[in-house]
Amino acid sequence: MQAADLAARLRERFPDVLEARGEVTLVVEAAALREALEHLRTEPDLACEALSDLTVTDWPDRDPRFWVAYHLRSREHGHRLRVKVGLPPEPDPPHVPSVTDPFPTANWLEREAFDFFGVVFDGHPDLRRIEMPEDWDGHPLRKSEPLAGVATRYKGAFIPPPDQRGT
Amino acid sequence: MPVERLPGVHTGQSAADVTAEVERGLLLSTVGKAVAWARKNSMWPATFGLACCAIEMMAAGAGDYDLSRWGMEIFRASPRQADLMIVAGRVSQKMGPVLRQIYDQMPEPKWVISMGVCASSGGMFNNYGLIQGVDTIVPVDIYVPGCPPRPEMLMYGILRLHEKVQREARVP
Repeated sequence: MQAADLAARLRERFPDVLEARGEVTLVVEAAALREALEHLRTEPDLACEALSDLTVTDWPDRDPRFWVAYHLRSREHGHRLRVKVGLPPEPDPPHVPSVTDPFPTANWLEREAFDFFGVVFDGHPDLRRIEMPEDWDGHPLRKSEPLAGVATRYKGAFIPPPDQRGT
Repeated sequence: MPVERLPGVHTGQSAADVTAEVERGLLLSTVGKAVAWARKNSMWPATFGLACCAIEMMAAGAGDYDLSRWGMEIFRASPRQADLMIVAGRVSQKMGPVLRQIYDQMPEPKWVISMGVCASSGGMFNNYGLIQGVDTIVPVDIYVPGCPPRPEMLMYGILRLHEKVQREARVP
């Protein structure tokens, strides 16, 4: 299916469908996310059975502040599409339902999103940090986190960044 | 090449001549200096490649640059058989405790070379991911700058470390 055809097909059911540069993006509410993904996965002419990536973007001073993007792919038909969920700045941390049930690969992807952005995936079987040390403070890819000059934290020891160290 | 001898020594005609010959042929040292000499000429590095610097470290050990000229061609996979740790690459926050544990497992005496700017200061990665200078978690003897340093630079650092080992002449 070409992108325009795919977008037209999706508009039959979903109101908010974007098509730009040959890419199709579907925007849904957090509450409707699981139902939408299940629909996209099981409908025979869509058949998006693979979750190829899960990403988050942080837009401070905007509402919604966080966008969680699910990148889907259909092996059968060869098309790709993106499902986005907007999350408001409050409450912090934001919550979104986990999709580990239909897509087991979301397990680690959601842990990574939680690790770097602090998005809580409700219903995740094991929502722990995956990349950063377990005792890390904060979620480093949020725009509110410092870009540089981060201290070294080592087994409980605290080593300030180089420009704040004594001689 | 014929060996030059003092007259009279072959026949042992004169005790003074024998003493002169012995003094001429002996090399006097201290135990500490001799041990340091042995250590610096058989220094076994631990395999600790972390990033692109490790490629240059491997090149330094391979045929073109041939670290075995200084008795250190074997990169030991076990830290218990190594006395030099070449931290070759950037150290992530999660790798820090691992690096320290490997350092602690190395038997004394031991030395550390911080290879490349990432290991020395964090380099261009001044962010949440990397430890800003490996000297915050292990004592570093030699810093080798460069991104990555060429094998010649690493070898120069190793030779400077040899000088340091000889100078310190530590005795256990």
